[in-house]
Amino acid sequence: MTIAEFPVPYRIARRRYETHDTVTLTLEPAGQAIAEHRAGQFTMLSAFGVGEVPISISGRPGRTALAHTIRSAGAVTRALCSAAQGTLVGVRGPYGTDWGIPASASASASAGAPASASASASAPASASVPASASAPAGTGEDLLLVAGGIGLAPLRPALLAALDQRRGYRRVIMLIGARSPAELVFAAEFSDWRDRGAEVEIIVDHGGERWPGHVGVVTQLIGRARLDPARTTALVCGPEVMMRITARALLGAGMTADRIRISLERNMQCGTAECGHCQLGPLLVCRDGPVVSYQRAEPLLAAREL
Amino acid sequence: MDNQHDAGPPDGSRLLAAPALDQLLGALHAAGYRIIGPVLRDDAITLGELDSAGDLPFGWGVTLEPGGYVLRKRDDQAAFGHSAGPQSWKQFLHPPRQRMWSASRRGSGFEVDAEDAEPAARLAFFGVRPCDLRAIQIQDQVLGGGAHPGSRYATRRSSVFIVAVNCTEPGETCFCTSMGTGPQAGPGYDLLLTELAGDGRHDFVVQAGSAAGEAMLAGVPLRPADAASLRRASDGVADAAARMGRSMPQAGIRELLASSLDAARWEDVAARCISCGNCTMACPTCFCANIDDVTDLSGDHAERWQSWASCFDLDFSQLHGGPVRSSASSRYRQWLTHKLGTWHDQFGSSGCVGCGRCIVWCPVGIDLTEEVAALRAEAAATAGQAGARAEGAAQ
Amino acid sequence: MTGVAPAELAGHAFLRGLTAQQAARLAEVATAIAVPAGHRFFHEGGQATRFWLIRTGQVALDLQVPGRPRLIVETLGPGDELGLSWLSESMQWQLGAAAQVPTTAFELDGPAVRGLCERDCELGWELARRMLTVASGRLQAARIRLVDLYSSPVHGPGSPR
Repeated sequence: MTIAEFPVPYRIARRRYETHDTVTLTLEPAGQAIAEHRAGQFTMLSAFGVGEVPISISGRPGRTALAHTIRSAGAVTRALCSAAQGTLVGVRGPYGTDWGIPASASASASAGAPASASASASAPASASVPASASAPAGTGEDLLLVAGGIGLAPLRPALLAALDQRRGYRRVIMLIGARSPAELVFAAEFSDWRDRGAEVEIIVDHGGERWPGHVGVVTQLIGRARLDPARTTALVCGPEVMMRITARALLGAGMTADRIRISLERNMQCGTAECGHCQLGPLLVCRDGPVVSYQRAEPLLAAREL
Repeated sequence: MDNQHDAGPPDGSRLLAAPALDQLLGALHAAGYRIIGPVLRDDAITLGELDSAGDLPFGWGVTLEPGGYVLRKRDDQAAFGHSAGPQSWKQFLHPPRQRMWSASRRGSGFEVDAEDAEPAARLAFFGVRPCDLRAIQIQDQVLGGGAHPGSRYATRRSSVFIVAVNCTEPGETCFCTSMGTGPQAGPGYDLLLTELAGDGRHDFVVQAGSAAGEAMLAGVPLRPADAASLRRASDGVADAAARMGRSMPQAGIRELLASSLDAARWEDVAARCISCGNCTMACPTCFCANIDDVTDLSGDHAERWQSWASCFDLDFSQLHGGPVRSSASSRYRQWLTHKLGTWHDQFGSSGCVGCGRCIVWCPVGIDLTEEVAALRAEAAATAGQAGARAEGAAQ
Repeated sequence: MTGVAPAELAGHAFLRGLTAQQAARLAEVATAIAVPAGHRFFHEGGQATRFWLIRTGQVALDLQVPGRPRLIVETLGPGDELGLSWLSESMQWQLGAAAQVPTTAFELDGPAVRGLCERDCELGWELARRMLTVASGRLQAARIRLVDLYSSPVHGPGSPR
């Protein structure tokens, strides 16, 4: 695992516009596949000759196809978003810590045990959310996922993995915040998620003319979710300010910081803990993150310019 | 490491006369090594290729101070009586610029080009001071085999032959004793020399630290080391330990830095620091790098290059269009806190070896031992005030 | 519209923590209502003489803009408090509010509650504290939306689009 490795070639099998500036690429290995990923991990994606960026894997684990949801913002992401079907891109990874949601019922563990073993070299962020496949429905833990904007992309694999073993959880709650209805990603899947047993609530900053749903900030959905804080694990992903205010609101609702996990973001150039760019205090975000418990992250995020 | 003996030659210690250094260099050349060692160039003792022992800076020393490095003539002919040169061995193991790969378009994608038949130069480092030996081991931990098998660093490192030299002449800015990295060399060398120069003699106590080191001594004229020479060598190192120009006590330093994120001292040092990054370039353990992909005009050829970066660069922490660490104080804080504090969390040791280069090569003469002392004083004063307030409140 | 039992009222999230006696006082000036989708609670500019504690359903706060359909600025749901201006000096609604779906709520008589608070300072403090928490939470949420966190990373939060 080193920056010197040549990226593994993957072909763009499908591309789908999620919003006007966000594309989901489904990549198939051109030859060998990378190691199986866990929900929450990322890869370094290259557009040859342009550059490489860290992108969270937005598809469920356990498939050779890799989904990445990319927002066009700079030269590399612009190149990836506009690349035609069939183009080869480079993939290195999977890297980083994961959400702690096991990939399949057979790999799920009893309370407190670590997440499923996989070929990836990095360790899970924390113990898996207890999701015993053999527990009677309605007796497991509650899983809360809170997404802000494109933060839904790294959470989607965790949601899909949880819904794949729905009986292992009591409630699965997905709260989604976005700027407007037009800027929701994966909107076509929401009703499927509801059908499979997720409580999905969406709130937007600007509703526009035909939006019948919630208008406001995603933290305003937390009170209405009527959480049982002692048996909830929360996964939060979005812009850093959104994660801070969401974590504070969850603490205000009675949750403890060790049960809240967030996904950090910093300048990443190697993904392999060799370049030093992604440091946040004692953490190397590519190796000790991106998923980190809020208990660990809170003092680091509170420090100015850390 | 107990290699000081009072009676009789211990296992492995021999004497090499200075004129016979060429025999040792010749043995290295014959074994296919290119030898890198201290050379006098551009008014400094820097690192360059040694063709023969004559290239060593015999009789040259240095006078060091914050922001100052001046050559001086020694009153003996010592070859290794100097320290804190502007470069360290990291430029050979972790070069300032190196290509990671080169690829050319094939069909709808790119394939990596076959490596150029560039002879992988086997390097011998001749004259590695104990601080720098420890620095190499620190970089091994960060960039090398365990964490990154197959990395360029690991490949280069695996073929390096190290001739270390014990330090008997600390510079004014040195503090290896505080850091536990010298002046006695720790394990990790193939050969270890202790220079005995002056008072009518010039020779080296030689010890082998590996089978390869022992093998390299075959054919080099050596005689058994007598007790007096061994005592002089051990005394020289012990004296050096007591004569350090500076100290930086390590007790509680990680916790001190972790709890000093809002210290006023950072603004104080930021008023002096010009964010030039000299310290990160001169430091033998700083490893941060930029990764850039480049292409030619046709777009048919792509290369990935790695080059030295500094956390003092404004765009080092670039995120969503701007730097996370915008102020000079946050960047200095990052460097110092990483080097002395969070390096422990990330890599299991301190990142500092006490070589003093950052003090010497800082254009404005910032001394990190002084900065740490100031942070300790500020923390103690803050704790004292809090205690007084608590007492006041209790009454 | 029906009378409200104190225990029922005290069970609403907004009033959690009130004493039984305080809940009883408020219950005397409260009624339970159920309204259909589209029911308008108040118009912007109207006299703010009531406030509501939403039990079920969804209420949208809106602004009328000439030539545009009504602009929804925020939605409220179960557990939320509807109407802040009954406490202000002007007692004039700053926004409008209408139910988006069938909604049930406790409706409280604004001037009567003000009277209760002026006579019973402890009850006044309890209500004022809760109203302030609601207002500051909505202010913070509004500021967060102003900063436009989900905007393109190129421009970054806080920059003009």
